[in-house]
Amino acid sequence: MSYLPFVLAAWIFLVGIFGIVRSRHFIHLVVCLSLTQSSTYVLLLSIGYVKHGGAPIFKDVPLGTKAVDPVVQALTLTDIVVSVTVAALLLALAIQAKKHAKTMNPDELRPVRG
Amino acid sequence: MVPLQATITILVALGALAVALTSDLVRLVIVSSAYTLLLVVLFVVLQAPDVALSMLVVGTIGYPLVLFVAIRRDRADD
Amino acid sequence: MTRRVRLALFGVAACGLAALLLWSITGLPKFGDYHGAYGKILNKRAPQERQTSNVVAAVVFDYRGFDTMGEELILFAAVMGVAMLLREPREEEAPVPEDPVRSDALRAFGVSLAGATLVLGLWIVAHGYVTPGGGFQGGVVLAAAFLLVWLAGSYRAYRGLARAPFVELAEGSGAGGYVVIGLCALLIGDAFLHNLLPYGVAGKLSSGGSIPLLNWASGLEVTAAFVLLFNEFLSERAVLIDPTRRPS
Repeated sequence: MSYLPFVLAAWIFLVGIFGIVRSRHFIHLVVCLSLTQSSTYVLLLSIGYVKHGGAPIFKDVPLGTKAVDPVVQALTLTDIVVSVTVAALLLALAIQAKKHAKTMNPDELRPVRG
Repeated sequence: MVPLQATITILVALGALAVALTSDLVRLVIVSSAYTLLLVVLFVVLQAPDVALSMLVVGTIGYPLVLFVAIRRDRADD
Repeated sequence: MTRRVRLALFGVAACGLAALLLWSITGLPKFGDYHGAYGKILNKRAPQERQTSNVVAAVVFDYRGFDTMGEELILFAAVMGVAMLLREPREEEAPVPEDPVRSDALRAFGVSLAGATLVLGLWIVAHGYVTPGGGFQGGVVLAAAFLLVWLAGSYRAYRGLARAPFVELAEGSGAGGYVVIGLCALLIGDAFLHNLLPYGVAGKLSSGGSIPLLNWASGLEVTAAFVLLFNEFLSERAVLIDPTRRPS
């Protein structure tokens, strides 16, 4: 019970990879990729959690009250915003692949020749 | 562990499974937005309001728009 | 390899990976037992050292400011990649298509909320180092205000507001401004991205040294990057003209 969030992170990771392997459409593949990425956010935040700790914001809260780790939160929050632009880049690649190969199914794509 | 944390953990696990198993594209966008909202609640329960705010704006504004436009361009080319 | 072979291989590999992950989880400290020293030290000292009440913002823009610069440059490069991929060479200046919104409820909703979203976004960016928020979150909300103009008005109105040269200039100055602020410290003789300005009192808007400047630079960059992203994605005629609608 005390390891449940870590098991959750591992579960989301494996489910995401399962979705990637099984997908039949590029857009579904990109969504499962971002699902896999979200497992890392859950893992980071669970590692930084302090029991009975509050948020690391000290406005009108006396200094010295227990708070969770701020470093992992800093790493996660920039990552979330950047991951959506990288997903947009992957979707743009998928749209261009559709123009050249006329298919959005990863199974049907052949390597580029010539 | 507090019951609230256990509940939201199980809900997030089920949401992840739902996202991986949905094959219809428009439904996938809706399910993925619902999964994002569950993650926001998980982040608030883990005492991370900055991260929850970030995930909320990205999952409501950035992601569904980009996905819907990609789906529309995919269907328009057919 | 065929699909079946790939799925079978994945099944075997996933069992192995799951076993390894579960074994490694037992080596971690229990949930809630945080052993790291860095977080505890930061929570005790950062509000007084940097005079910011949001310790996460101090970590993002000051203690780990170099990582944030890297993330901003990733954002910049990804949006540039999307622009290169989706921008088509136009033979002549194609006329911007006209697509007025026909639903009154949508127009009322959009008109009333666009201004409010703009103010909310500016508030979230401005108070990022006092309460939860910051340049990243507020930047996306500001981009949403532009998007509401497209949703509730017409594509022409949106393109009128988000002209390409201005948006690209804003994105460049946001990303470049972050680096320039860091270089200013280098010119004086301190380390790159060292906090230069006077700190002030925690809890007020004028506190934190150079954290507000970096905050606004990253907010500007994120807003411009998302508006540019929306521009590129929405600019295709196939998206705007509905092929199933009969011409009236």
